[in-house]
Amino acid sequence: MANLVSHPDVVPLLSMRFGKGASALDRYLELEGYQSARKALEMGPEWIISEMKASGLRGRGGAGFPTGMKWSFVPKQSEKPKYVLVNGDESEPGTCKDRLIFEHDPHSVIEGTIIAGLAISAKMGFIYLRGEYRYLLKIIERAIEDAYAKGFLGKNIFGSGRDFDIVSHTGAGAYEVGEESALMESLEGKRGIPRIRPPFPAVVGLYGGPTVINNAETIATVPHVLRIGSAEYAKLGSERNGGTRLFCLSGHVQRPGVYELPMGYNLKKMIYEVAGGIPGGKQLKAVVPGGSSTPVLLPSEIDIGMDFDQVAKAGSMLGSGGVVVLDESVCMVEFALRTIKFYQHESCGWCIPCREGTDWLKKTLTRFHSGGGVNKDIDNIKYLAENMLGKTFCPLGDAAAMPTIAFIKKFRKEFEDHLDGKPCPYAHTAESVLV
Amino acid sequence: MSVQETIFTSELAARFDKLVTIYPLRRSALVPMLLYAQDEKGYLSDEVITEIAQRIGITELDTRNVISYYSLLRTQPAGRYHVQVCTNISCMLRGANEIFDHCKKTLGIGNKQTTPDGMFSLEEVECIGACSWGPAAQVNYDYYENLTPEELDKVLEKCRASVVQEGKGSQA
Ligand SMILES: Cc1cc2nc3c(=O)[nH]c(=O)nc-3n(C[C@H](O)[C@H](O)[C@H](O)COP(=O)(O)O)c2cc1C
Ligand code: FES
Repeated sequence: MANLVSHPDVVPLLSMRFGKGASALDRYLELEGYQSARKALEMGPEWIISEMKASGLRGRGGAGFPTGMKWSFVPKQSEKPKYVLVNGDESEPGTCKDRLIFEHDPHSVIEGTIIAGLAISAKMGFIYLRGEYRYLLKIIERAIEDAYAKGFLGKNIFGSGRDFDIVSHTGAGAYEVGEESALMESLEGKRGIPRIRPPFPAVVGLYGGPTVINNAETIATVPHVLRIGSAEYAKLGSERNGGTRLFCLSGHVQRPGVYELPMGYNLKKMIYEVAGGIPGGKQLKAVVPGGSSTPVLLPSEIDIGMDFDQVAKAGSMLGSGGVVVLDESVCMVEFALRTIKFYQHESCGWCIPCREGTDWLKKTLTRFHSGGGVNKDIDNIKYLAENMLGKTFCPLGDAAAMPTIAFIKKFRKEFEDHLDGKPCPYAHTAESVLV
Repeated sequence: MSVQETIFTSELAARFDKLVTIYPLRRSALVPMLLYAQDEKGYLSDEVITEIAQRIGITELDTRNVISYYSLLRTQPAGRYHVQVCTNISCMLRGANEIFDHCKKTLGIGNKQTTPDGMFSLEEVECIGACSWGPAAQVNYDYYENLTPEELDKVLEKCRASVVQEGKGSQA
């Protein structure tokens, strides 16, 4: 079981029930649970959506799309049933936050799903968990059962005359099914191949019906927005970035862990104060700010607020909230290779620029890191990555290309130091990564 | 598409009967069914695939096509304890390669291999969502975090001990 850590700057909103036994329904109710769903039922869809819009909540799955706006795209009238789909595939390296929500506060996901369903007038929601999260599937299944038993799910929820069902679902190992259209394919029992857009899921989604797809953290945040009110929620964060989010600090920090901090919290402070700085008196070399697909930042670039806009301005992305910290001992070529090895492994193979691009990047970086590189490889790697950008069927290709380009741009010298058959001058664990 | 003679335990068969009814489309039950079947049988044998294809109402080829996409699904037996070591970036920074090498040495097998007694299999895996508690590994579905080689030895020892306790031999 993942351990919880704290720091005085932590704002326990989303995490207010963590470690308090709230996976038990009675406890959840004691801790203000299901009040927001009741309120949402009373106030109706338009109010819910306007609250979500005013809250400034932006999707925690990676792209930071405003949640209220996403919900408002769903057509009011639809011949086909509408659906809510909760994305709990959590597979972006560096990201381990949804797991804590499912473990400590599963009912918040259920309540958020109900509210999303009310907002778009859907009668059914799905909670998709990655296959590795089997122990969490048991927790969420149990929570769903309990909610049915209390009349919060099923027919006539909360005695309101409305019906809403939730089905929990397990994947079986695949990063790509975290991509929203591949997620729908997977839930329909197929290979997780992305769909062409438009049409967007809000119009033609799961089983052909209008579908809202949100990250599990986004959904778990929804009841809190309605609980404290959109204005209060917005105020917690920074401009156009409402509220708090779970940041996953990993790598070379004294106190790695998942911390709930306000949107816009300073990255440098996050690393040096919240996570206790770099162990062993070492120097900071680089920071991957939002999961492995986000371009790396140099120590001189980390005095920024962690929200979607400020990190974008710094040339990277807030992504999924996975902050990976690298000290001076890391070989950036090895790190780039390990990153690309992941995307090559996870590319679904459907479109050629991604399938071939990730494969060639991996091959070239592997040869390069083992000392077989020549000078023009460096530009070739960059050229290859640049030609994947925006040319793939889904953003997995971009997720591989963006960090690669940044590694070359910002650490070119380290690549040059690997030339002419010289052994890796940085790494200590070079060979085993090539298995 | 009812199945008269099932190869699964009656509990699992009953679960499958229900599972195909809860989705708007029967086929949605496919991936979970494959995973649960694998949990019971150890791997997706020809017989398993035949029955599941029948239950869903699709061809075996279609079923195999789906199986080959998902990394947790396998058509060959693994060890009784399937040791999955994450070597992705966050874990790598905290010594995952060392942990993986230690596993290879201790178990005497390489990546995606199984010990001759069928007790352990080893696999290098991608991020398992334990990045802040790396290096991390899963043995079957159980998480082990903040690993050191010594901790890992204890985990493996626990696996061995629990088999001895059950008084059973090895099984695939
Ligand atoms: C390759 C790829 C993998 C993704 N993996 C995930 C994931 O594991 N979890 C997630 O919530 N979103 C993931 N996303 C983003 C989803 O496509 C989608 O934007 C998100 O679930 C929407 O939720 P949000 O608006 O609440 O952020 C991924 C995207 C891509 C391109
Ligand atoms: S990188 Fe190892 S669990 Fe995420």
